[in-house]
Amino acid sequence: MTVSDVRTDLGAEEVVERTPWPAAILGLIARYPLGAAGALVVVAMIFAAVFADVIAPYDPEANAYEYMFTAPGGQYWLGADDFGRDIFSRIIYGARTALFVGFVAAFVGATGGLVLGVASAYFGGWFDLIIQRVMDVIMAFPLIILALAVISVLGPGIDKVIIAITIPFIPQCARVVRSSALAIREIPYIDAARACGFSHARIILRHMVPNVMAPFLIMITAFVGQAILLEATLSYLGLGVQEPVPAWGLMLKSGAEEYAESAPWIPIFPGIAISLAVFGFNLFGDALRDALDPKLRAQ
Amino acid sequence: MSVQQALPPGGPPRGSAETIQKGDVLLDVRDLKMYFPVTEGIVFRRTVAVVKAVDGISFQIRKGETLGLVGESGCGKTTTGRCILQLERPTSGEIIFEGQNLNDLDARALRPLRRKIQVIFQDPYSSLNPRMKTGDIVAEPMYVHGIEPDAKARERRVEELFSVCGLSVKMIDRYPHEMSGGQRQRVGIARALSLNPEFIICDEAVSALDVSIQAQVINLLEDLREEFGLTYLFIAHDLSVVRHLCHRVAVMYLGKMVELADCDELYDNPLHPYTRALLAAVPVPDPAIEAKREHQTVKGEVPSPMNPPSGCVFHPRCPLAVESCGRKIPEFREVKPGHWVACTET
Repeated sequence: MTVSDVRTDLGAEEVVERTPWPAAILGLIARYPLGAAGALVVVAMIFAAVFADVIAPYDPEANAYEYMFTAPGGQYWLGADDFGRDIFSRIIYGARTALFVGFVAAFVGATGGLVLGVASAYFGGWFDLIIQRVMDVIMAFPLIILALAVISVLGPGIDKVIIAITIPFIPQCARVVRSSALAIREIPYIDAARACGFSHARIILRHMVPNVMAPFLIMITAFVGQAILLEATLSYLGLGVQEPVPAWGLMLKSGAEEYAESAPWIPIFPGIAISLAVFGFNLFGDALRDALDPKLRAQ
Repeated sequence: MSVQQALPPGGPPRGSAETIQKGDVLLDVRDLKMYFPVTEGIVFRRTVAVVKAVDGISFQIRKGETLGLVGESGCGKTTTGRCILQLERPTSGEIIFEGQNLNDLDARALRPLRRKIQVIFQDPYSSLNPRMKTGDIVAEPMYVHGIEPDAKARERRVEELFSVCGLSVKMIDRYPHEMSGGQRQRVGIARALSLNPEFIICDEAVSALDVSIQAQVINLLEDLREEFGLTYLFIAHDLSVVRHLCHRVAVMYLGKMVELADCDELYDNPLHPYTRALLAAVPVPDPAIEAKREHQTVKGEVPSPMNPPSGCVFHPRCPLAVESCGRKIPEFREVKPGHWVACTET
């Protein structure tokens, strides 16, 4: 067979079929029912955060002293707190705070870890050794202790909370990404890129990073849940978001301390919101991990 | 370990002698050594052993020539290729390409030369970035080296390369996983050609393909050689493929070169016992003859390159070995014009 023969019979080509997307989504729901439930919570939360102005019946920061401690009912669906503020509206706006902190901290932390992890695997040697030992030092502290330490240095506030939550995420992501990147580094297309004389930055960003996206995405979803919980914890301890900004941890704090018995709706509903959000993101993250893992997908 | 300091000049290439002029050396490898240290300890690394993947080999490749490099798995043929590509920095030796020793150049100085030396890998499944469209895979080297700075012109050149390599232009927008193994290997070839190289290392470039596709790709490689005046180092373990494609053949065993000769000379008149055993292992495409044929197999296993045998590395398995083989490293000598062998007993 000569080359010209070969050229001609390449016209007829099998067409790769793609499933239409509504069917693909239904298929995913059938395969990962828990993940779909998690996704529902995530979507509902994002919806609440984006359209908080429209959904919330009251101003979340407006005090109404004549309605203090109103029990849940027709006027205040989830009751009113010790300043007469509508708890439902505060939870809706609280989703905005939680998601903002969650997404920014998760994205920045995971991206920092991604770049460090891939660079560490790519360069290897002393560079890898030093980066990994620094990561070990950061990881030696429990998440909450490290966040507390950062807050006590920087002071409270929503921007400081994000920094405090981001720092412990970086080594977690860097670890996972590095192990994937080490495997990818040995694949011949990286050798091909080196043989073509590409720069280190190009090889890392164009050839390695896109191929470690699966663990990166999984880390991000896991981090959002963790970050929401951590933000609530710091706010509960009075080190996070400050009054009167609506934040779930803060609402829980003011309610749980004094009114757990006399007005239980004040702590209960923010508590449910925190649990549901973290649960939703974790379920979604787990399903995403399963869906992106080819070994599990085959079963 | 300077037994191979004398340089094998190699015989006149088969077939197209008029196109390959004597003395027009493109690549000159001299006493190349690649030792990989085996280390222990995390912070304070100490070398506990050395793997001698390539242990002092020398050869030359002329412009327009195809040199076959054969040997069994682990004999160092791929490492030799990686050293020439500077994917590994050799322990010692010289790799002279166009008058420059590649081992002396730093990454920056090497960059312009990388254009001229390209590689085609064994596995078409892992040698293409799965996240990039095949057209981008072929276009990227041209963009980086500024060969076609204009996007439109680059696109045209990619289309041209696709059709040269026997790929339909429609496939430019495909991802590698949407293609067959043979098609992907053609993309790999198109990528190698995109930089207008002079020298291509084919590292088992057809071993992963099934036999009918192998024939197509081999014919493509031959056509490209003539069309673009390419020079190949063809690393393989399939001796029938090598015989078809190569002008000269070098045989490696355990990091050493044991025999180097013109293709026909090597196949018709193998001198080294290892080459003979290797050739005897090639199956005959006739079951009747194959069944009757006397099989001369090499006894034993390949020794560890961490602790190679003394003297001639092949002596523990050699049918011709005499007592002195275990002590004296055989010289790589020219027994006939263009026929080099590292054995004292033939």
